Amino acid sequence: MAELTYLQAISDGLRTEMRRDKRVFVIGEDVGVYGGAFKVTLGFQEEFGPWRVLDAPLAETAIVGACTGAAIMGLRPVAEMQFADFISCAWDQLVTVAAKQRYRAGTPVPITVRLPSGGGFSGGPFHSQNPESSFAHIPGLKCVCPATPEDAKGLLISAIEDPNPVLYFEHKHLYRRIKGEVPEERYTVPLGKARTHREGDDVSVITWGAMVYTAEEAAQQLETDGVSVEIIDLRTVMPWDKAAVLESARKTSKVLVLHEDTRTGGFGAEIAATVAEEAFEDLDAPVKRITAPDTPVPFSPPLEKAFIPQVDDVTAGLRELAEY
Amino acid sequence: MAIAREAEPVGSLKEVREAGLDREDLLGVYRNMLMSRGIEERGHILYRQGKIPGSFYTGRGNEGAAVGVATAMGTDDVGTPLHRDMGVHIVRGVEPWRIFAQFMGRVDGPTKGRDGNVHMADSKLGLIAMVSHLPAMLPVAVGCALAFRIREEKRVAVGWFGEGASARGDTHEAMTLAGVRKLPMVFVCDNNQWAYSTPTHLEFATDHVADRAEAYGFEGIVVDGTDVLAVYREAKRAIEKARAGGGPTLIECVTLRMEGHAVHDDAFYVPKELFEKWAEADPIERFRTWLRTNADMSDEEEDEIAGEVKKTLNDALKRAEESPLPDPSTLTEGVYATPEDLDTPHHK
Ligand SMILES: Cc1ncc(C[n+]2csc(CCOP(=O)(O)OP(=O)(O)O)c2C)c(N)n1
Ligand SMILES: [Mg+2]
Repeated sequence: MAELTYLQAISDGLRTEMRRDKRVFVIGEDVGVYGGAFKVTLGFQEEFGPWRVLDAPLAETAIVGACTGAAIMGLRPVAEMQFADFISCAWDQLVTVAAKQRYRAGTPVPITVRLPSGGGFSGGPFHSQNPESSFAHIPGLKCVCPATPEDAKGLLISAIEDPNPVLYFEHKHLYRRIKGEVPEERYTVPLGKARTHREGDDVSVITWGAMVYTAEEAAQQLETDGVSVEIIDLRTVMPWDKAAVLESARKTSKVLVLHEDTRTGGFGAEIAATVAEEAFEDLDAPVKRITAPDTPVPFSPPLEKAFIPQVDDVTAGLRELAEY
Repeated sequence: MAIAREAEPVGSLKEVREAGLDREDLLGVYRNMLMSRGIEERGHILYRQGKIPGSFYTGRGNEGAAVGVATAMGTDDVGTPLHRDMGVHIVRGVEPWRIFAQFMGRVDGPTKGRDGNVHMADSKLGLIAMVSHLPAMLPVAVGCALAFRIREEKRVAVGWFGEGASARGDTHEAMTLAGVRKLPMVFVCDNNQWAYSTPTHLEFATDHVADRAEAYGFEGIVVDGTDVLAVYREAKRAIEKARAGGGPTLIECVTLRMEGHAVHDDAFYVPKELFEKWAEADPIERFRTWLRTNADMSDEEEDEIAGEVKKTLNDALKRAEESPLPDPSTLTEGVYATPEDLDTPHHK
C-alpha cells in the first residue's frame, strides 16, 4: 500500500481503469496538456494519447451530451467539470437525457461525471457548491461522495464500471489535505454501502464528504467529556445505505445529520425523514440537522466560515443531543 | 447575405443512379414515404377515436426530407431523429405495428408505454430515442460521432433539429465540438418554417440556418426538402464526406409544416396562401410524378406499392391493438440499468 493524497487516489483510480479498459476516455476543459484545473489528469495525455484525454471547448452541454452519445456507442466516458458548479450548464443532458434513457428507452448510459465540489478556500458563490441533493432527487442518476483516499479510488472505479450515469463529487478541500493508505491494485468499493468511520454508542452522526472530518474532530472532543459518537460516512448519497443508517440510529437512539450543502431540501432532510418514519420508536431525541444555511456560498473568509458547518457547531449539536 | 450553398434539384434517372440509387431503390423510397405518411394518417384517426393518450404530432410535408436523409445512411451509421422524422424510423426498419403500439402506450411499443409519440427508437437499428427538450439530442449525436472517431471506425452520426430549436445553445455547443474535432457528423435541420406558432424571422436573423455552418468551420447546404432525391444526394455527399474524414456538414431541408404543431393546433397563424403554395410541392406527389416521368413507374407498380402499404398498416393496427397495456406493477422497474443491460452489441 502506498500513502496517497485524496487527489492522487482519484488520479490513481482513473489511471487504473484507463489502463485496464480501452473504452474509458476522459473529456473536459483543460484536462489534456494542462492536466485539469486541479491536476487530476496530469500526465494522462502523454500516457493515453490525445483521443483518450480530450480537451473540450468551454461547453458543458456538449461535454456531457457527447459522453451520453459515446456511452450509447459502447465507450465509457469520464467527464470532468472544471468545478461542480458548472454542472448547471449540463443539467439538461444529465437530467433530461442521460437519467431517463434507461427507463423510457431501455438504453443504459454508463457515464461518469467528476465534480470538484465544496468550499473552504474562498471559492465564492460559483466555485464552492455541493449540489448532490439536486441530482440525488433525479431517478436514474447515482451520486457518489467519497471522503477517504481509499474510497476515492474504489468508488471512482465502481462509478466507471456502473451501467448508469454516475455523478462523482470529489471534495476540493480534501484534495491535498487528506492522505491515506491506498491499495496499489485495482479494487472497487460498492455504491450504496456506508462505512462506519468511527464506532460509538451515544450519538450517531450521518454525514459524507469533507464533513466526515469535521465530525471526527467533534467526536474526539466529546470523547474527553465521556460522550461516545458514532460516525457513519454514507460514501454514496444515491443509492444511500438506509440499512446502515437505521442500524446506527437504533444502536445510539440519537441522530445528527450533518452536511455542507444548504439546509432546505438538502439530502439530510431525506435521511431525517426516513429515520423519523422508520426508527421513531427507537429514538430518544428528535433528529437534528446541522447544515449550511439557505444562502449562496459567500466569498469572504469570516462569512464562509459562518456558512460551512464548523467543528464547534457540531460539538454543540452533539452535546445537545447527548444531554437530551 | 446567404452563405450556404443552395442545392440544385435532381434531374434525370442517370443522375440519381450516379448518386447510388437503382430503380428498385427508388420504388423503395416511394414506398417508405407512403408508409411514413400512412402511419401518421392512421395515427391521427386513432387519436380522434380516443385511442392515443396525450398529444399527437405528425411530420406531414417532411416525408421526403426524412426518407431522403435516412436512405443515404449506411447500416452502421446512427441517428437521432425527431418528431417530424417518422420516415427515418421506417427506412431503418422499425415495424409499423410497434409504432402504433407506441402511440397507444402499449407494451410492444419501443418504450413499452413509458414514453409516447415518436419519442422512441430501436437502438439495434442505430437510432437513439429523442427527448422532448429540443435540440438536446444534437450533443448526443455528436458524442456518437466522437466515439467513432476515437475508435477510428468509418461510421457517421446524423443529428436532426428544427429551425426553431436552432436558437438554443445545444445547437451551438454541438456544432462547436463537432467542428473543432472534425467529427464524422451530419447535422440536418428540418426547416418547416414554423416553430409551433413562431415564424423563422423570430428564430434566426440569417437568411438560412445553414449559413451558420461556416462559422463552425464546415459547409452549409440549403436543399428543397420536398425533393426527396435532392435531399438524398446532398445527404449522401455529406455522409460520405464525413466518413472519409472530411468533417461535419449542415444540411437545411426547407419544407412547410403542412399541419398544426400537434393535433390540437389548427395553425390559424399560417397564411392560407402559404399552405396552398406548398401543397403543390407535396413531396410524395412530386416524387410519384418524377417516378412516372423518369423511371417509368407503371400503374401496376404504383397500385402494388400502395396496396402493400395499406395491408401492412391494416395488419399493424390490428396487431398493435392486441398488444396489452402495461401492468402498473412494473412501474418502478428499470429506472437503473443493470450490468446485463450492457450486454448489447454496442457495449461489447
Ligand atoms: C427546450 C424546449 N422548449 C420548448 C419546447 C416546446 N416545443 C415543442 S416543439 C416546439 C417547436 C419546435 O420548433 P422547431 O424546432 O422548428 O421544430 P418543429 O416542431 O417545427 O419541427 C416547441 C416550442 C421543447 N420541446 N423544448
Ligand atoms: Mg420548425
